[in-house]
Amino acid sequence: MRLRAGRMIAFVLATAWLVIVIAPLYYMILASFRTQGTYLTANPWVPSGGLSARSYSTVFHAGLGRYLVNSVLLTAACIVLTVTLSLAAAFRIVRRTSRAVGVAFVTMLFGLAIPVQAIIVPIYVLIYKMHLYDTLLALILTLSAAAIPVSVLIMVSFVRDIPREMIGAMLVDGGSEWTVFRRLVWPLSRPVLATLAIYNGLNVWNNFLLPLVLTQSGSVAVLPLGLTKLEGLYSINVPAVMAGVLLSVLPLLILFVLMRRQVMNSLGGLVAR
Amino acid sequence: MTQGARLQEPRAAAPPPPRRSGGRAGRRGTRLADLTGVAPPMALFGLFIIVPMIAAVVLSFVRWNGLGTPHWAGGANWAEFFRDPVARTSVIVTAKVVVLSYVVQTPISLALGLFTAGRQRYRSVYATIYVLPLLLSTAGIALMWESLLDPSFGALSSLAKSWHLGFLQQNWLGSPSLTLYVVVAIIAWQFIPFHTLLYAVGRRQIPAVLYEAATLDGASPLRTFWRITLPQLRYTIVTSGILMIVGSLTYFDIVYIMTDGGPGYTTRVLSLDMYNVAFLQDQYGYASVLAVILGVVGIAVAVGLVRFTGFASMASQQEGAA
Repeated sequence: MRLRAGRMIAFVLATAWLVIVIAPLYYMILASFRTQGTYLTANPWVPSGGLSARSYSTVFHAGLGRYLVNSVLLTAACIVLTVTLSLAAAFRIVRRTSRAVGVAFVTMLFGLAIPVQAIIVPIYVLIYKMHLYDTLLALILTLSAAAIPVSVLIMVSFVRDIPREMIGAMLVDGGSEWTVFRRLVWPLSRPVLATLAIYNGLNVWNNFLLPLVLTQSGSVAVLPLGLTKLEGLYSINVPAVMAGVLLSVLPLLILFVLMRRQVMNSLGGLVAR
Repeated sequence: MTQGARLQEPRAAAPPPPRRSGGRAGRRGTRLADLTGVAPPMALFGLFIIVPMIAAVVLSFVRWNGLGTPHWAGGANWAEFFRDPVARTSVIVTAKVVVLSYVVQTPISLALGLFTAGRQRYRSVYATIYVLPLLLSTAGIALMWESLLDPSFGALSSLAKSWHLGFLQQNWLGSPSLTLYVVVAIIAWQFIPFHTLLYAVGRRQIPAVLYEAATLDGASPLRTFWRITLPQLRYTIVTSGILMIVGSLTYFDIVYIMTDGGPGYTTRVLSLDMYNVAFLQDQYGYASVLAVILGVVGIAVAVGLVRFTGFASMASQQEGAA
């Protein structure tokens, strides 16, 4: 009896949180299909009174397509860079023979504790001096660098768990370190690489501070920054802004629907190990 | 950090301290191979993280507007920090955000995490929907709530009108007494999903045997929670706590977009203060003082929590093999 009451309370509270999560999203979807006029007059919670998709074409005319392309390029580049660099590094760290590599590893782990906010001013100065200000390359380099510590840590703890008998057997059979990497480590680590790609990809896609500080013009703006530009442009056109936000999350939503398990496991599992 | 050996093929009777200094262990050019693997990420990390970190410390002792030549300022920037009333306000606001975020997010995340770890089918549906806010960018979340909370046309004020819920009609983002709490609530809306996932994963890793034993012993659900669930979740609690505290300590995006520190200075968190001092007032030296403080406090909190909770023993067991 007590148990059933407990279940009931849990159900009610969980459903309350469900409403808290869904209600704003529902509101946003509905608002994006209003026109500027009906947004002001219609009840924001009821899907009636003239819905239209005009806002979606409005935001594309305002440059959202450009932001979308920039975000895709940036995210893809960062994923490729971090995943390949951290896998290669992890293999060398686990099979290291020199002390310098160990030192490098500890240094990178130390990076886990440094918030980007604390070093944003020198990063800006550095990027400016390198003549990379207002370029996508600046974002690719800095966001990848910021993702290195967690990526290396995860890859190291994975590579370390590959049984050393397997590696030993390969070496006995005359394989080189390179063979071990290509035939054993690389195929085995593909699921972890996917996990890492999702985690890093999400962080890069949604990052706001670095694009805000390191870029300026609309032609290199990524989505989060572009959305705020959109708001500056259409501060009275709320439906357009909401349509922009929804379009910016659409690629991630499609990815999420296609690989829900993988996404949830990688977000939860990465840190929880 | 000493045992590098887990993956090394067995070596004939290695001498007791197995720290391998390059030469002895070196089999055909492995030292060079070592470097080829580690050098690229290390270069990237060194240039864009380590160098800026050192530079931030140096800059904090320099007077510089970003254009001319920097002048050595000694401790002047640091002295300014202790005189600056805005900085003092920022520190207090930041402390409030950190404490409130932790107090609000932890119990809710824990409860939702335990709930979604359950077996019933509908719970996994709930879990999936709970994740959705994680997909939105902070900018998107800020813009969404901004329009929701708009006092004249927002959806909340519309609810207030149609359902006669007067308390929903507030100047949510323009009230000196209220706005900070609104910001904390929105940050919670954004991050509770993530911590819920952490707790759900943590709960699923608890061996079922423990619960079976508890049931056999006739332990009440509450007792099971205190005696088994909570102690077993200690690593999750620490991990989630560190991420939560360090995250809200350096929180920037929502505040920058939604309130820009206002009304007045009531939501001016330290990272926003630093941003304004650096990029609006062009005082790079003084901004670096604020940045160094942020960094040092962040690292101290993380290290302190790890030490204090004995989390280090587990971490170093994992690390030890590296």
